[in-house]
Amino acid sequence: MPDVSPSARPAAPASPRPAPAVSADLPLKRPFRAKADGPFYLGLSILAGFYVALIVAMLLADVYYAGLGHFGRILASPNIQFAIKLSLLSCCVTTILAVWVAVPVGYLMSRVKFRGKAFVDAVLDIPIVLPPLVIGLSLLILFRQTPLRALDNYFGIAFDKPAVILAQFAVATAFAVRTMRATFDEMSPRQEQVALTLGCSRSQAFWTIVLPESRMGLLTAATLAWARSLGEFGPILVFAGSTRQRTEVLPVSVHLHLSIGDIEGAVAVSLLMILMAVVVLVVVRVLAGGDWLDRSFRGRRRSRSPDAPGDAPLKEGEGASHD
Amino acid sequence: MIEARSLTVAAGAFHLDGITFAVPAGQYGVLMGATGSGKTTLLETICGLKNPLIGQVILHGLDVTGWKPGDRGIGYVPQDGALFRRMTVRQHLSFALWVRRWSGEQIRQRVAELAALVGVAHILDRRPHGLSGGESQRVALGRALSFGPEILCLDEPLSALDDDSRRDLVALLKRVQRETGVTVLHVTHNRVEAEILADYRLRIVEGRVIQTESFAA
Repeated sequence: MPDVSPSARPAAPASPRPAPAVSADLPLKRPFRAKADGPFYLGLSILAGFYVALIVAMLLADVYYAGLGHFGRILASPNIQFAIKLSLLSCCVTTILAVWVAVPVGYLMSRVKFRGKAFVDAVLDIPIVLPPLVIGLSLLILFRQTPLRALDNYFGIAFDKPAVILAQFAVATAFAVRTMRATFDEMSPRQEQVALTLGCSRSQAFWTIVLPESRMGLLTAATLAWARSLGEFGPILVFAGSTRQRTEVLPVSVHLHLSIGDIEGAVAVSLLMILMAVVVLVVVRVLAGGDWLDRSFRGRRRSRSPDAPGDAPLKEGEGASHD
Repeated sequence: MIEARSLTVAAGAFHLDGITFAVPAGQYGVLMGATGSGKTTLLETICGLKNPLIGQVILHGLDVTGWKPGDRGIGYVPQDGALFRRMTVRQHLSFALWVRRWSGEQIRQRVAELAALVGVAHILDRRPHGLSGGESQRVALGRALSFGPEILCLDEPLSALDDDSRRDLVALLKRVQRETGVTVLHVTHNRVEAEILADYRLRIVEGRVIQTESFAA
């Protein structure tokens, strides 16, 4: 600092070496100074902090209000035990169905150009933008039309367990499709093209190259579908009804408790759902971070820079092997 | 022999217009052209990954226009190599053989041969994410050669490499071409590369191949 300040200038001629060009022509004080970054980060953290605090406060309020006593009472209730089982079962079935449909639809939308694609794209978004009650109502009306009505009469779909799964499936699949499409969009088609030149058919290239590389996307799509299904309420209420021991999934339990004024019970069931969702999220995160599931994802992040210095010895090895 | 007869291909903003050229069998053809001149599109058309609007692709006298990519017998190395992220180097080299239902013993032999040819014997069990640029290109080259194609299409195989690896790879390409007798079409925008490697030089300007020069003795 002192040698840059104006007072240091007289000392410069005394030095035997010629002064650097900078000090001769340019002004010696710093000409421009970027504004401090502090306020920017402060703004970011205040906004983020409010939202995070809101979420945490909501959960804490639930815990405080319901208390552990109600929690025990709820868990002991056979109705709730049924609802837990039905929720877990229906969510898992829905997730499998949703991913099963989402993978081909996502791949088609990502890779294939066809007439009317924009229309199909819009249709695929309908379950996301439609009010949940309307979805349930539409399903109900659909199963009152002649061909499906016969099916309904025979199998008993509406107001029974198949309706629960169908209602969950209608919404969850739309989210899974979006996720899978984004996954395939991000994936370069070059790997597939190379596989084709190596003699693969389209389906071989899909199964051997595309699907293994989309594992993270598959996992995300499945998690999303599962979580959406767990919270699904509106369509189930309209299409499957809220019959105890029959179509009572956990959100329906919350509704039933609220409707008889048992707010503590409703909150306790809500906490149970939160707990289940958190457990699933954590398990998926751990699996996703696990070595067996996605080695290259972590590996790439870790190896980029440390690998560069390691290049030199490898290159010598290479040279020796082919000369 | 790689031959294009009045190939017209539409690809997004530009299109290739009546491309006609030929690279004689067993020669190293280098196709030069500025970025965005349609070199990659032309390669993809020859490999069967894009269909031409008009014209034919003729390989060793056979009209393969409309054939599936896998039926053409072309080894393809796309830009950036496009290695399979989840496979080891060994799996890369054996993939095409596995598709062709070779026996385990045949595959082992062929992989050893290939590994020696392209110099990846020491990294057979590694996955792409740890490989250097030069190693990646060697693997991509080995994978393209694995099923013994008579034609090799290379899309800017040296552009992402540092000088040392580039020199190594140039030598390797030249040697591989001589040893296997494969007919090469190598796309690049680098004149030096073209001068070192080419038996046969083509230039693409504004969607047309305008000039061919033979360096073959």
